[in-house]
Amino acid sequence: MLLSVVIFLPVVAAGMLLAFPALSNRAASWLWVIVAAIDLALIVGMWAGFASNSAAAPSGIVDGIAYEVKIRWIPTVDASYHVGVDGLSLPLIAVTAVLFLAAAIWSLREQKRPRSYAALFLFLQTASIGTFAALDLILFFVFFDLSIVGMYFVIAGWGHGNRRRSALKFFIYTFVGSLALLVGFIGLFLGSENRTFDMVALAANPPLIDSPLAAGLVLLAICIGLAVKTPLFPFHTWLPDAHTDAPAAGSAILAGVLLKLGTYGFVRIAMPMLPDAWQRWAMIIVIAGVVSVLWGAFTALAQTDVKRMIAYTSVNHMGYILLGLGAAGLVAQADEQARAIAVTGAMVQMVSHALLTGSLFLLTGVLFSRGGTYAFDRWGGLARPAPIFAAALGVAAFGSLGLPGLSAFIAEFQIFTGSLQAAPVATVIAVTGIVITAGLFLVALQRLLSGKTQVPNPAEEPANRATNGRHAGVVSPAEPTETGQQPARRDRNVTTAVDDDTVSQATFKDLHGRELVATVPLLVLSIMIGLFPRPLLDVIEPAAAALSSLAGR
Amino acid sequence: MNPGSLTTAGLAALVFVPAGLGTLLLLAGRRADRAAGPVALIASVLVVALAVLTAATGPDLSMPFIGMVEGGDFAVAVDGLSAVLIITVALVAAMVVLFAVVDLPRHAPRARFFGYLLLFTAAMLVTVTATTVPALLVAWEVMGATSYTLIGYWWNVPGKMAAGTKAFVTTRAGDIGLYVAAGAALAGTGTLAMDDLAAADGGWKHVAAAGILLAALGKSAQLPFSAWLSAAMEGPSPVSALLHSATMVAAGVYLLLRTQPLLESTGWSAETAAWVGAVTALVLGAVAAAQKDLKQLLAASTGAQIGFVVLAAGVGTTAGGTAQLVAHAGVKAGLFIAAGAWLSALGTKQLTGLRGAARRYRGIGAAGVIATVALAGVPPLSLWVTKDEVLAGVEGAPLHIVSLAAAGLAAVYAGKILIIILARPETAVGLDAEEPGTRTVPRPAAAAAAVLAVATIVLGALALHPVAEAAKVVLDAEGQPSPGWAGFLISGLLAVSVLVGTIALRSRLGGLERTPLARWAGLGHLLSASPWLAAGRAVTVIDERVIDRGVLAFAATVRRGAVVIGQADHRVIDGAVRTIGSATRRAGAAMRRPQTGLVHQYYLQAAIGFGALFLLLIVVR
Repeated sequence: MLLSVVIFLPVVAAGMLLAFPALSNRAASWLWVIVAAIDLALIVGMWAGFASNSAAAPSGIVDGIAYEVKIRWIPTVDASYHVGVDGLSLPLIAVTAVLFLAAAIWSLREQKRPRSYAALFLFLQTASIGTFAALDLILFFVFFDLSIVGMYFVIAGWGHGNRRRSALKFFIYTFVGSLALLVGFIGLFLGSENRTFDMVALAANPPLIDSPLAAGLVLLAICIGLAVKTPLFPFHTWLPDAHTDAPAAGSAILAGVLLKLGTYGFVRIAMPMLPDAWQRWAMIIVIAGVVSVLWGAFTALAQTDVKRMIAYTSVNHMGYILLGLGAAGLVAQADEQARAIAVTGAMVQMVSHALLTGSLFLLTGVLFSRGGTYAFDRWGGLARPAPIFAAALGVAAFGSLGLPGLSAFIAEFQIFTGSLQAAPVATVIAVTGIVITAGLFLVALQRLLSGKTQVPNPAEEPANRATNGRHAGVVSPAEPTETGQQPARRDRNVTTAVDDDTVSQATFKDLHGRELVATVPLLVLSIMIGLFPRPLLDVIEPAAAALSSLAGR
Repeated sequence: MNPGSLTTAGLAALVFVPAGLGTLLLLAGRRADRAAGPVALIASVLVVALAVLTAATGPDLSMPFIGMVEGGDFAVAVDGLSAVLIITVALVAAMVVLFAVVDLPRHAPRARFFGYLLLFTAAMLVTVTATTVPALLVAWEVMGATSYTLIGYWWNVPGKMAAGTKAFVTTRAGDIGLYVAAGAALAGTGTLAMDDLAAADGGWKHVAAAGILLAALGKSAQLPFSAWLSAAMEGPSPVSALLHSATMVAAGVYLLLRTQPLLESTGWSAETAAWVGAVTALVLGAVAAAQKDLKQLLAASTGAQIGFVVLAAGVGTTAGGTAQLVAHAGVKAGLFIAAGAWLSALGTKQLTGLRGAARRYRGIGAAGVIATVALAGVPPLSLWVTKDEVLAGVEGAPLHIVSLAAAGLAAVYAGKILIIILARPETAVGLDAEEPGTRTVPRPAAAAAAVLAVATIVLGALALHPVAEAAKVVLDAEGQPSPGWAGFLISGLLAVSVLVGTIALRSRLGGLERTPLARWAGLGHLLSASPWLAAGRAVTVIDERVIDRGVLAFAATVRRGAVVIGQADHRVIDGAVRTIGSATRRAGAAMRRPQTGLVHQYYLQAAIGFGALFLLLIVVR
């Protein structure tokens, strides 16, 4: 019951926002914050209850599921409203609520139709938490698709630049992906002994054990569906466009929460329900992960637009998750312990990426709100007028490049250590990714924070961006005219290019108020996990161990 | 509280005092600028006291961290090797803090400086006491990151942050090895405990050794990673004094000394370490001799001197290697403090501007001269002894010759420094070339350099057999070879004669400065980011032109297909429907024609109809 309240409270609040047009815009924004905070508080309560119970209880996926509710829904195909949490879903539900609260706080000053904006995000929150909590494939699919719909409207309605095009690309691409997923789900249903969509039953008694070909095809359909959402190479090209044109809060949710729906699908559906096929094709999964790691890192390195760069690093970080999950399927090569560590690392990476990339996207939102552009070459020397912004960006960047003391290190250390035994060559190649991400984040910090202070004039930026279209973010040798025009344009737009502290302070306002309250807690949480990972690991570990043994059947 | 837990608390405090105070200073920001110097001084004095206490008692400490397997905790312990190193680190850090308090400009953001310096020191202290791989890796990488912030301390000066980036990315490239070694440890031993590494099964032992070798060579700036040392000179002088003596570069070789049993058990990795160390000592020695900038000279000589420690780890003389590490830390910290003090006083670190620097400021000058003579390897000072302790384990003529040549080069570049700083001061030649000088050397700076000079003299006592044996007992290295009197004599004579020769032939030294050695022999190109950036751009072009275009082309094809189907729908299917419709209409029109209203015609039609039915009946039957 509590879990259902957690899932549906936001959408009920969204309905109220739309039902009572008398509510002022400001009240609507605050209502959003309050509802997000209540939801988070309820989840914290759930966590406390879960942690105290889980010590003795079995681990998760097929048993030991807490806050479980099952109501008949479509009996003819044995689909039901079946929800619950275990060690895999609880951390993701919690981090989802944290990010949505951060997004709510961030958007307190939203000027553009704030009521609809709040309602849309509340709707998205229900869809996201619902996907993580779902224990029925049809229910999972419904929530999964609703999240795509919600995000489409966020980008199309509140984005900037080429927003309609990016939103449409996002929608069609991920929607087609979800259809592949649906095909896979139907395959699981048809292959199951008792003809059910129930995820617990399917994991306990995996379908298609005797028909490797069918199982392989079903896995292929599911993996393509999830790979689009995650996204993995080569299905990732919707991501940078969607991010670049999404509003800051939308980007934070897209990267922090919606990408996790994809990776979560691997651990919740693909691995436990198709263990044989997963083991057979594990090396392909590992390779897909490693290619994503390097592809994401290298493309990020070449970006000249902060937001596109961060978007590509998401491809890199998601690649590590797939490396760990794939390694967990290489049963012959690695022992149980190593595989469990790899899966744990992959789960921690999901949580960590949500916090760090969420904060990075919010921080790039600061750039856009101050200067109307994400282009590296328009900014400089921001550490001078905005030391707090510089510090927060520094912490988030170092966290994202995997510095110990922040959450990503825990995740990556576990993924690498756990995967090496199973896939030594692939892991060694993947580890080099941490050097490239280190380089690209440090160069980004250098470009934004040091040198002459430059703050572009927002009034002149949007037009500039629209004409450049989606290629605005990338320097390519084939477009000499653009680079040729650059100096002149810079001179015209740059309002401040001074070394003197006193002059530039006025032009770039440091992080303040709601911006601080929205971003700093994300970083603090990441540091807490980085320094004291046990409370999180105590929840994840048993479930990860259970998953790696289920996948190893 | 029993004595055991008291010393454990001491070990915890050793780490948490600098880490905690450093973090507090960073959080307080510029508000704490005034308090930062005194806080850092108090912290470093405390660290020295705690280091001595824990070195004497040898406690261990473990905190829950990643867990999951044995050795997954964050565990530190102090044994002989760690004891020697924590004392060295604590003392050098204290001297550097003392120097920094007087050397940093008054208006500088001191809280940030000392905050990072203390964090950095804490990370080094954990590195040399870690007993589990996670603890080591955490400290190792935090040290790298704080070195970035310290090298790029003057971030608003162009090039400084880039130098920090270069140092961090280079050392992190080496760190890949440590991640791999962690995985190999788990795979080969089932634990993440450092001590188990040498017992790893089969191939994993070799993977672990390769990883550790890579990480250590990166951190210690050995070939081919050496060029980050040059970039790191962009940092403030106190940072150079700390990074290039008892920390950072020291961490890499510490790891090799610590894991020497692993290296030895694989065979090839010990051999590789020995050769890399010796060749680095030779090449960077030559690079040092060709420098025109005192700090660059000292940086290159750091790589060269640390090369002897790598050699020691390779040939198995860990006691000698440790002694070389400690002795070099003292010498080099003292020299960097002197160089930094001269830079602040005279406004230059170019050798041309430093003529007679030691005569201008006699206190720090004396300390600088002692350290330089020690650097040359002249008896009876510390580096003379320790280098011989290292060489005592070298077998085989080629390695021996390379090592001795490298030792000789040390006397050349040390001689180069001596020629300059002991020359008669010329007025106002090359002064203030880089910044306006203050023309004073603060007394604490001279005091810090003097303490380190005294240490350099005292460590010469290692030449005495009983002292050396006692040190070996502490380091758990009984039975390692010791140099005989002949070895001491040969190296002493070599150092003195090369030094004398260098001074005699000083007019020829300038020629070296016009060789590629002056530009670090092109080693910087090895660390160039451009191939990586080019790869990134190429990949991005594929990403946009091939993959994304492919997706869009697919969508366009689907759309075109839809248009075709739409047209087909209109022409064929709808056309058929329309054809049927019009046919029906025509049929209807035709059917109207028989409706004449004339009864006889109806009869006729009925008769024809019946006839037709009748015929049908007959045919069907």
